[in-house]
Amino acid sequence: MTVPSVLVVLTALIGLGCAPAGSSAVGSPPEPAITVEAREQTADQQVRHVLSRLAFGARPGDVERVRAIGVDRWIAMQLQPARIRDTAAERIVRALPTLAQSSRELLEQYPPPQVVRAQMRRSEMSREDSLQLRRTAQQSRRVLAEMQIAKVARAVASERQLEEVVVDFWANHFTVFAGKGPERYFIAAYEREAIRPHALGKFRELLGAVAKSPAMLFYLDNWQSSVEEGRPRLDCGPRAASCEQRAGRRRSVRSSQSAVRSLPNRPRGLNENYARELLELHTLGVDGGYTQQDIINVARAFTGWTLEQPRRSGGFIFRPGMHDAGEKAVLGKRLSAGRGIEDGEQVLDILTAHPSTARFIATKLARRFVSDDPPASLVDRAAETFRRTDGDIREVVRTIVTSQEFFASSAYRAKVKSPFELVVSALRAMNATPDMTPRSAQVVARLGQPLFLHQAPNGWPERGDAWINTGAILNRINFGLAMAGGAIPGAHPERWPRYAEITSAARANQVDAVISGFLGGEASVETRGILERGENPLAANCELRAASCELPRDTAVIEEDMAPAAARNRRDPLSRPVHLSGLNEIIGLALGAPEFQRR
Amino acid sequence: MQRRVFLRSGAFALVTLGLNPSFLRRTAFATELRGAARGKILIVLFQRGAADALNMVVPHGDADYYALRPTIAIPRPAARAGAALDLDGFFGLHPALAPMRPLWERGMLAPIHAVGSPSATRSHFDAQDYMESGTPDVKNTPDGWLNRYLAARGTCAECEAKAPTPFRAVTMTEQTPRILAGPAPVIAMSSLDDFTIRATGSDAERLEALYRTGRADIIHGAGAETFDAVKMLRAANPRRYQPEHGAEYPRSQFGQRLLQIAQLIKADVGLEIAFADVGGWDTHVNQGGATGQLANRLGDFAGAVAALTTDLGDRMGDVVILTMTEFGRMARQNGNGGTDHGHAGAMFVLGGSVKGGKVYGRWPGLAREQLYEGRDLALTTDFRSVFGEVVRSHLGIGSPSALFPGFAASDRLGVL
Repeated sequence: MTVPSVLVVLTALIGLGCAPAGSSAVGSPPEPAITVEAREQTADQQVRHVLSRLAFGARPGDVERVRAIGVDRWIAMQLQPARIRDTAAERIVRALPTLAQSSRELLEQYPPPQVVRAQMRRSEMSREDSLQLRRTAQQSRRVLAEMQIAKVARAVASERQLEEVVVDFWANHFTVFAGKGPERYFIAAYEREAIRPHALGKFRELLGAVAKSPAMLFYLDNWQSSVEEGRPRLDCGPRAASCEQRAGRRRSVRSSQSAVRSLPNRPRGLNENYARELLELHTLGVDGGYTQQDIINVARAFTGWTLEQPRRSGGFIFRPGMHDAGEKAVLGKRLSAGRGIEDGEQVLDILTAHPSTARFIATKLARRFVSDDPPASLVDRAAETFRRTDGDIREVVRTIVTSQEFFASSAYRAKVKSPFELVVSALRAMNATPDMTPRSAQVVARLGQPLFLHQAPNGWPERGDAWINTGAILNRINFGLAMAGGAIPGAHPERWPRYAEITSAARANQVDAVISGFLGGEASVETRGILERGENPLAANCELRAASCELPRDTAVIEEDMAPAAARNRRDPLSRPVHLSGLNEIIGLALGAPEFQRR
Repeated sequence: MQRRVFLRSGAFALVTLGLNPSFLRRTAFATELRGAARGKILIVLFQRGAADALNMVVPHGDADYYALRPTIAIPRPAARAGAALDLDGFFGLHPALAPMRPLWERGMLAPIHAVGSPSATRSHFDAQDYMESGTPDVKNTPDGWLNRYLAARGTCAECEAKAPTPFRAVTMTEQTPRILAGPAPVIAMSSLDDFTIRATGSDAERLEALYRTGRADIIHGAGAETFDAVKMLRAANPRRYQPEHGAEYPRSQFGQRLLQIAQLIKADVGLEIAFADVGGWDTHVNQGGATGQLANRLGDFAGAVAALTTDLGDRMGDVVILTMTEFGRMARQNGNGGTDHGHAGAMFVLGGSVKGGKVYGRWPGLAREQLYEGRDLALTTDFRSVFGEVVRSHLGIGSPSALFPGFAASDRLGVL
């Protein structure tokens, strides 16, 4: 066969397969209902919108509940989480004992394996030794695993959905990396004591709690930042000698039993890491109007904010002997000489009151709740609320989620779900019981978002385009298939309340129910058609692009060619073929559909 | 772009009709791939956990080495098992690196010693972060230097003219590592077998149809590309390439991942940057000498790298393998027969175009006053010099300085 004749065959094939496709417009929304305010979104859209932005998606029955309560009242209730009974979340926390433990207890109870290994002090390990090591390693992983389990399970089951959303927001804004040295022993206390109590509280208190948290002090190295040689120090009184020693310049070489081996021996003078991220990522933003000298002076102000017995996971302590007591200027404000911990506190005051911080936080919150590029009008008003209320987060969120911009048509389904949001929203839609195994969190990691394991201090992206690429879509589709195949603990399609009722209904009715339950009640005509059709979707739905005009092929045969040479990870639910039929198939396709990737 | 999609999809239509696939590879499918496929390839291997450079590339000519490491030093080269494999009379390879020795003899292997990050950090996390972002002591660099390379390269007209391929940058890891993080597309997969839609029957087609119809947004666009990529990989079927020239990959995960990189290269899918990593180098306790913990890791490492180069044969003329580790380990052994975190380390550059057979980097010595902070091998070569040279000389980018902001390379190493 010659090349021209190949092209003839191709053209003929494409001609056969390509019937003109219908329009690709989204199915027309229902008639606008009358609401108290003239919002662009329909009443039904408003209900689904708040459930996908102030919550991690709708569970079966949620739409009806919010509609009955009223959207505005439901928002007001979610803004007061302490008044919402939340037995589901309490049960989860009780089932995961490490969540309530102190960092010190965790370090003692679940020591890092290398510490245990060091204590064995034998050159040749016995069989028993290696068994014990393996057990220790397993137990030590539990510290992080329980946090990951809890994060998914609470997002799935908590009644205080908005609180979980803002906790997720702030934990990401003030991100730490559990893979750095002993950091995993700090994250339970970090979320429990620094993030969660202030998530809808005053920004200044949140900022202060983070600044003093062992998690942040360790992650951004401030615990080892100390006064530079030759700078003025505080007079430590009669015990000046011990004060000097506390500056850490005479630490001895660490012993083999040190709890955390990777900790450096001693402070090396000023460390700017925390100061830089505090200004750039936590408060002012990169264009917030600060200089390198401001960073240095902020770092000087925080010298002495350190950890007591860092190797044994002690808490925050201010060590006067490490503090730079000289005069400093920060953002044009003067910090007078001879002070101690007040320097850092005043810096946090200055930053909270700075207009750049109000704007930066308002922009980020609006990006999370409204759209990747939120309208300037809304950001202006949210920043104004921040200034007016001295950084009252609850009020800033209220300004955003009750605004016209929030309920604009352009905001509806404008956000791309992060992997965490994707998995949690699927579990919720399916009425899953909270997964108390690490499996769901492992799936989130597989989709590109290993929880508590973002390395860089900028956190996971808040913009959708960062999550969408070739490999990501593939994994998201396979996740949908795995969910519908019942591969995720607690999430079997049969748990979906409407399952039994429609399992033997006509396919069109099943599709209606799935679109309502999983795709927010709206799907393009093409999507509906593909879900309904039994055969040959590509041949019948051939679009403008010739690329889609292929005949179906026997994938099973090709799969065999691709047979794995190496053993697969049998525990990875995304690595197994999923055979679906009937209602499960419709659910699997819906979860893998483009519409499900948005919120 | 349009033509590429047409040809590729057309080929699939023919495959489904049972036409001869090898014919297709020579014509429609092949023409659009060869241009991109036969370019230069860089394979980056990261030894995570800080591999002990002093026992990997042994300074057996430095008497201080033996004084610092009474029980774990690798013995001077000798005609008996367990001795260092001499390279140049001063340095030698750890005996477990024996599979890489022939590459040295063929002039393909260039070790670089006393190389690493100028940052003083001894934190695994920070040091890996800096090595991957390419910006020592700057934590908030959003992307990795390999992604910056991809992005910079993607803008040149000549490269645009070549068919873009989704498999230009592939990391054989579950998640995209920091070094490849950034705006340029990268495919992460833990194995080739995972890069497929896990649907049976016609569900894969249905899912494809969902993404090829409906609104034109980023999700649909990426979805369409995904299905193109899955089909491209399926047609190229890299798994059919068995190791050649007697190459035997270790059965370890690392070995199998390098095997799959070789398969991707042979399948001509346009691979330009490949990445894999391997852990287990944090040998604080009982690391062993010529045998033991570190030797086992090195054996696996060398076996996999040697198998990859053997397997690729002449293709190594277009391939450079670059290995790295976040820092070296303390010059003096600790009280547990291991080594604690240190400073400068060692890297390997390997390939047909590499000026191998020579150990690069100035040796700073191991006397107490020569050590960094009195304890670690001092740094004489900034890792960015090596990365920059590889990017410039191998991949042919004009000015690598844009990839490493704030860094001006001084002397050329001349390793490529």
